Amino acid sequence: MTTAPVVPAARGTVAIRSENLCRHYRMGETVIRAVDGVSIEVRAGEFVALLGTSGSGKSSVLNLIAGLDRPTSGSVVVQDRDLAKLSREELAKYRLRVVGMVFQSFNLIASMTLAENVDLPLRFAEVDRGQRQTLARQALERVGLLARMNHRPSELSGGEQQRAALARALINRPQLLLADEPTGNLDSHTGKEIMDMVRQFNRELGMTVVMVTHERALAERYAQRMIFLADGKLIDDRPNAPTVDDVQIRGGQS
Amino acid sequence: MKIPDLTELALRNLRESLLRNSLTTMGISVGVASLVAMLSLGIGLQQLISRRLVRSGLFDTVVVTSRRDPRGMGRDEERNGPAPSESRVLDETARQEIERLSNVIEAYPDIRFRTELRFEDKPHMTMISALPSSAKANDAFEGMQGAFFSSDTAPEVILQKTFAEELLGKAPGRGVDETNVADLAKPLLGKELTMNYAQRVSGAVQPSAPVTNGAIPFDNSLAAASYSVVSREEKVKIVGIADLDPESMRGPIRAKVFLPLKFAEGLHVMQSVDLSEVSRAASGQPVYSSIGVRVRNPAQIQAVEDAIKNMGFNTFSILDASRGLKQVFAVLFAFLGIFGSLALVVASIGIVNTLVMAILERRREIGIMKAIGASDADVMWLFLAEAGAMGILGGVVGVVLGWTIGQVINLGTNVYLKRQGLPPEHFWAVPWGLVGFALLFAFGVSLVSGWYPAGRAARLDPVQALRYE
Repeated sequence: MTTAPVVPAARGTVAIRSENLCRHYRMGETVIRAVDGVSIEVRAGEFVALLGTSGSGKSSVLNLIAGLDRPTSGSVVVQDRDLAKLSREELAKYRLRVVGMVFQSFNLIASMTLAENVDLPLRFAEVDRGQRQTLARQALERVGLLARMNHRPSELSGGEQQRAALARALINRPQLLLADEPTGNLDSHTGKEIMDMVRQFNRELGMTVVMVTHERALAERYAQRMIFLADGKLIDDRPNAPTVDDVQIRGGQS
Repeated sequence: MKIPDLTELALRNLRESLLRNSLTTMGISVGVASLVAMLSLGIGLQQLISRRLVRSGLFDTVVVTSRRDPRGMGRDEERNGPAPSESRVLDETARQEIERLSNVIEAYPDIRFRTELRFEDKPHMTMISALPSSAKANDAFEGMQGAFFSSDTAPEVILQKTFAEELLGKAPGRGVDETNVADLAKPLLGKELTMNYAQRVSGAVQPSAPVTNGAIPFDNSLAAASYSVVSREEKVKIVGIADLDPESMRGPIRAKVFLPLKFAEGLHVMQSVDLSEVSRAASGQPVYSSIGVRVRNPAQIQAVEDAIKNMGFNTFSILDASRGLKQVFAVLFAFLGIFGSLALVVASIGIVNTLVMAILERRREIGIMKAIGASDADVMWLFLAEAGAMGILGGVVGVVLGWTIGQVINLGTNVYLKRQGLPPEHFWAVPWGLVGFALLFAFGVSLVSGWYPAGRAARLDPVQALRYE
């Protein structure tokens, strides 16, 4: 392993807790209740899938956990930080240090090479250039893209781009990996490749993973727990039995 | 974000939309160039004029007169100071004292007398004055025909053009149709003039006849305090003919013929002051009707003048004229600056436009940066850095452009001047201070223009920004 493991909050302690979380949007006269009183708890090191149809509010919940958005009411506490009470500056720091994010559309910056994309969070963290390059190489090596570090995103396949996005999400060694439909733009084979990687980080680095998806099969295959949302409300929260692949990875490691 | 990272990212972003950003930067360049061109023209003209003024000897010269001298120029002070009869005499001791004042280059006696000069046996009455050797640098002797005095004691004269015309019997030129100095020089240079003058000789000339009864008996003790006046003749050679009038400020007592100072001193010409200061004139200690004081820098005129006034003399300088000139230049600079900056204002609107467009285009990118941990400040600084980089680049190009425009105009003007038979001049000056100011100004203007777009970028809601395709 080239990247040092994150020092996770002790496994089993509460990493994320939301209480009566609401996010309402006003559109003219109507109020859209994107998130409407969601209370969930995610333990440190857990791999949780947020499931629901489009418009169910799963992405909104993820954005609230990511500190990209603020709740209308209720609270999200991540590792003892009440996100609603953080200033804009503190929220930015939280996103920088605590959260790693991957998106359906990869969200790499087109004008930058892979290496530059991956080390961008380190720039915001004011890490020295030398150390930045070392860490970026390590992260790219981890996702198998070291050879392509000087390529631009447009020269890469979707799977490669998502791997680069994963490398970027990992570079600050966050405790939380938030994934918004990470396989949505990928074929099933490549999607599986990415998901294996995510689970590997969850296992090896002890990262807490929250993944938004509408593919129930994907969730069943990788997540330890599935939370179902509809119309901004939590409708089901149930544990999931580990699947065959899990055993394979463990076997491969020993 | 660290400044080197910020700069690197800003430059990389600028390169991404190369055409648009180049055009914006070019706009700034043109703005800066116009500012630099305007201001350097102003500075150049000011330098040209003050150079001329300094060389004219008008602005770095203080004329000192005794309060005892009724011709004194500073009449106002006379009423406040001690009574003329009690105030100091402007003699050699006073001259040396003045010369020792700080910032004084030299203090030379103003020897001037009206006398007769004969040229080819025709008499001409004129005012003659003596020039110190430092007057060689005087602007009035630029473009002079012939040469300056070969030495400070040489029996040589320089003629002012109008007197030269008089000698040759030409009508004094008027307006544009003045006679060319070169035409005057040919028949006059190297020729001799005979100068008649009254020499003051210390001590009484022994009376040739015995004192008759009833007359005041001749007292030997008076001999020391008396002098005689003897008529003398001296031949002087014409070495130069000056086009301009170096004594234009002297009014009615301005001289048309100039002698070297030491030579003139040696003549012991009877001066009008000798009459009022009989006792001193007789003692052999020279007494001067006025002294010219050259000051190191026109800016120090006031201090030197005050110091001399404290010594009990009257002073005169054209300081007030130069003050008025400074005001004129301040107004000129303000105008040139305002017109020059107008183009920069237009250019700064270009920056605002470019950055607002960039924010629209890079909305998603801003969202990504925020999602992976960029703070509002990071985004704000990134856009400000881009604006600042355009400002500096535009500033540098603009300064070079402005300088080039200046050089071209300078060259063109000098070609024109040369055709008109005039000496070349430097109209254009781009001092380093102006370069620094222009760069800072361009940088400042671009930052101010970048402020609004950068603020907008910083406040973007990341969720909205990420949704943007």
